[in-house]
Amino acid sequence: MTAFRMPSLGADMDEGTLVEWIKKPGDQLKRGDIIAVVETQKGAIEIEVFHDGVLEAIHVKTGSRVPVGEVLATIRTAEEPESAQPVPPEVVTQKPVYAPPAQVAAPFTPGLKITPAASSRAKELGIDVQSVFPGQDGIIGLKEIEVPSVPAKPKASRGINLDEMRNAIAAAMARSKREIPHYYVSSIIDMTAMMEWLATENARRTVSDRLLAAVPIIKACALGLQQVPELNGHFLDDRPLRIAEVKMGIGIALRGGGLIAPALALPDRLSLTEIMQRLSDLVARVRGGRLRSSELTEATVTLSNLGDNSADMVLPVIYPPQVAIIGVGQIDARPWVVDGTLASRKIATFAVAGDHRANDGRSAARFLRLLGEILQKPEML
Amino acid sequence: MNPSISEKIHLTKEHCTELLRMMMLIRRFEERCAELYGEQKIRGFLHLYIGEEANAVGVMQALTPEDAVVATYREHGHALARGLPLPEVMAEMYGKATGSSRGRGGSMHIFNAERRFYGGNAIVGGGLPLAVGLALADKMNGRPRITCCFFGEGAAAEGEFHESMNLAALWKLPVLFVCENNLYAMGTSLERSESETDICQHAKSYRIAAGSVDGMDVVAVEVAARRAVQAVRDGNGPQFLETQTYRFRAHSMFDPELYRDKAEVEKWKERCPIKRFREWILATGTLHESEIAAIEIAIADEVENAVKFAESSPWEPEADLTRDVLTPIKRSALT
Amino acid sequence: MSVLRKVTYRDAVREAIQDAMHRDASVFLMGEDVGRYGGAYGCSKGLLAEFGEDRIRDTPLAEAGFTGAGIGAALGGMRPIVEIMTVNFSLLALDQIVNTAAAIRHMSGGQFSVPLVIRMATGAGRQLAAQHSHSLENWYAHVPGIKVVAPATLADARGMLWTALQDPDPVVMFEHAMLYNDEGEIAAEGDLSMPIEGAAIRRPGTDCSIITYGGSLKKALAAAAELAGENFNCEVIDLRALRPLDGKTILASVEKTHRAVIVDEGWRTGSLAAEISALIMEGAFFALDAPVARVCSAEVPIPYARHLEISATPQVAGIITAVRGVLRR
Repeated sequence: MTAFRMPSLGADMDEGTLVEWIKKPGDQLKRGDIIAVVETQKGAIEIEVFHDGVLEAIHVKTGSRVPVGEVLATIRTAEEPESAQPVPPEVVTQKPVYAPPAQVAAPFTPGLKITPAASSRAKELGIDVQSVFPGQDGIIGLKEIEVPSVPAKPKASRGINLDEMRNAIAAAMARSKREIPHYYVSSIIDMTAMMEWLATENARRTVSDRLLAAVPIIKACALGLQQVPELNGHFLDDRPLRIAEVKMGIGIALRGGGLIAPALALPDRLSLTEIMQRLSDLVARVRGGRLRSSELTEATVTLSNLGDNSADMVLPVIYPPQVAIIGVGQIDARPWVVDGTLASRKIATFAVAGDHRANDGRSAARFLRLLGEILQKPEML
Repeated sequence: MNPSISEKIHLTKEHCTELLRMMMLIRRFEERCAELYGEQKIRGFLHLYIGEEANAVGVMQALTPEDAVVATYREHGHALARGLPLPEVMAEMYGKATGSSRGRGGSMHIFNAERRFYGGNAIVGGGLPLAVGLALADKMNGRPRITCCFFGEGAAAEGEFHESMNLAALWKLPVLFVCENNLYAMGTSLERSESETDICQHAKSYRIAAGSVDGMDVVAVEVAARRAVQAVRDGNGPQFLETQTYRFRAHSMFDPELYRDKAEVEKWKERCPIKRFREWILATGTLHESEIAAIEIAIADEVENAVKFAESSPWEPEADLTRDVLTPIKRSALT
Repeated sequence: MSVLRKVTYRDAVREAIQDAMHRDASVFLMGEDVGRYGGAYGCSKGLLAEFGEDRIRDTPLAEAGFTGAGIGAALGGMRPIVEIMTVNFSLLALDQIVNTAAAIRHMSGGQFSVPLVIRMATGAGRQLAAQHSHSLENWYAHVPGIKVVAPATLADARGMLWTALQDPDPVVMFEHAMLYNDEGEIAAEGDLSMPIEGAAIRRPGTDCSIITYGGSLKKALAAAAELAGENFNCEVIDLRALRPLDGKTILASVEKTHRAVIVDEGWRTGSLAAEISALIMEGAFFALDAPVARVCSAEVPIPYARHLEISATPQVAGIITAVRGVLRR
């Protein structure tokens, strides 16, 4: 029997409101099925299961506010026989569903000085204190952990609450800047070939199939990252974790401010058309406030592109626990020296912000060089 | 019986019966307490008054119910002579909820507001300032009542004794100080603790009228007390009465009495106040042997009933442990 | 909006006594030099002429005697105010306060209450050395059966006495000697009485709770004002009542600020600050973002020389350092 718990969909999520059960007890579940919808600071998120089995029991009613880690449902996995008796739920449904996490001290870790308040807060936020950098005095206190407090107002409607969005961004970015020693490396890449190819390609496509410039960039980045794996992964439990598959977080701006970077999985294995379709789908669902939980947590790297007419260079902030983020400046015509001659070329500045605990500027530079090479042959994408 | 009896008190049959009965009651009560102590029914300190009964009984005759009494930790006799109900005193010895202090006080802290009996003070000399204050309140309010304060000769070595003597005299307060001089402050004899063994001299140095009386003679004590009380009531300020007495039993239950001779104790026992008064009563024909026997039986019954009451009384619930630390305040009374 | 008027702390104390004596004929003041001399700190100046020797009662130098007499008079129906010159001298009366006043209600099974107010000066700051300068408030705050208050403001100096006199149990009131000359404004009219229980938040804040009482309040407020310039927003709690302690206010504050600095002029060892620290540990452990810090007097009998006296007692700079310490700045 498996307990299905309120997942932590990000370092900045401490609770969610269960707004809809998609599955009901008795339903067959396949790994990846959407089981429920949870309203978070970042909007409604579809929660998927990671086990095949049968939904045995639901322990949390819709409308309940539930802290991360609390059991939402029990799932009888495929091998288990149907239980004769209802499984005793780990959380009794009669009691108020939302209870603050019990205040217990974090397990004692030798050498780690963490204040009681910080320990409690880390637990609430689902932050592994091992991953938190102590202050200069060697202590982890609230200021090393704490996020600006989120007004605890229940939301009735779906969609993204911009205040909470701002708080969530604040929390994640503050944590990133607190914990991650960023370095920045940038290169200017000649995009003329790519843009020309794209114009030709789009001219032969129907309007609905046309590609955004971001699409070949996404794929090119993914291919580049395959060769520089130290930029793709997470930093967890005090050590870098390389991840073989590239799941690229795509920064998507929201109307009214804020942004979300849901993961686009395996762009290196997709065609440009498929990437474009996924991208459109993601944008639509982000703006509709309906993302899948895995899309919020599984990104291994992020691409930040402020779009046309924005800025020459973007030096972004890493989204923890990722170890790198790629910033793309606007693509614009500039005087450029080609083969010793001044010419007008379309160029763009690509920057990599890297987590110096996980990788080095040399890797990022190598990635940018590879990226530049890939982008000169867009037809290969 | 010596001829100290003043014509001012009328030794009627009733009065003599009461003096004898009360002394015998105190004696019987305390003997029973000693027994109950051995049975572990009574714990803590138990300071017996046996041998000294004439002091409390004699002095109390001079007081009215309006007067106040402040006593020491050897106060069973004073409590009973002041008229506290025997069952509530016995229940307090047991530490029961029905005790005079609901089991908070025990042997050393018997109190009764109705009888204006202010304890029960186990700090030697500690009761004297209290008596001064009670008398001060009476004087400031023009109330014609007095405060009678009992203490032992050991208190004369305490600063509070001297401060109180001075204050009472300075402010001419209606206090009767009664020093029960039983010659030993616990195990320290008077000559080993005082440079001036005449306790009255201490009082006199504060210009307080002071006199001594045979504390083993209940009638003599009553006469002396009546004289002193009258002087206080007449507005002459505090008076000091030393009663020369002796305790027959040890200081407390756990005292091997290394500090005094058995012979000395035996010699004083010959002057037992109960024995002497009883002999005098019989000799004068005031009471017959059979009447005294009847009193004894009645007292025994009374004491046994008190024991039964104490035995059958409930304990104070532990949940009420902290009651009576502070006075419950009626919030409305504050505004 | 009520009319305000200017008074000193000393005036406020005197007015409180005067007012109480007018309102209740059973109130009287007793102590060393309260009459002709006008009070060691001048708090009863002029009252002898107004109320006479009976009610403004000079006593001999006999702290146990006249404090005990105050207890007796309270038992006898009066509402005495006993003034003891300093807390050091009160040790001579400790027997009466602890063994009688505090205990008699309980050991008599609730039969007797002692509605007595004992006022005394406390604290250092006037170079009076080791027998006139100590802060022993915690000795009294340790004892069940009495209430202990420390008016730190003019309004409390003016208003707590009457409430204390209405209380059926003994109240020990500490007036810090460095407060008597403080000047400020209080309401000119109306009911000036103040409760004798509950702490007051004298300055709200979010970053650190500075918990103090009596003469240290103004130092704590000065420290908080200076720290505000560094963008540290301190909450200053005036305990007002030292027994019973207002744990609720203390814990609510620490839950909010996550940090506490206790300023207590008593010696650190076994201090009120230690008690409050324990209270925070028991009640707000998981809210703490730093160990509770204490700013107390040095473990030395208060010395005479000015610089030594200053060095021995809590000062603004020390409070600021302690707050920065718990803020890890």
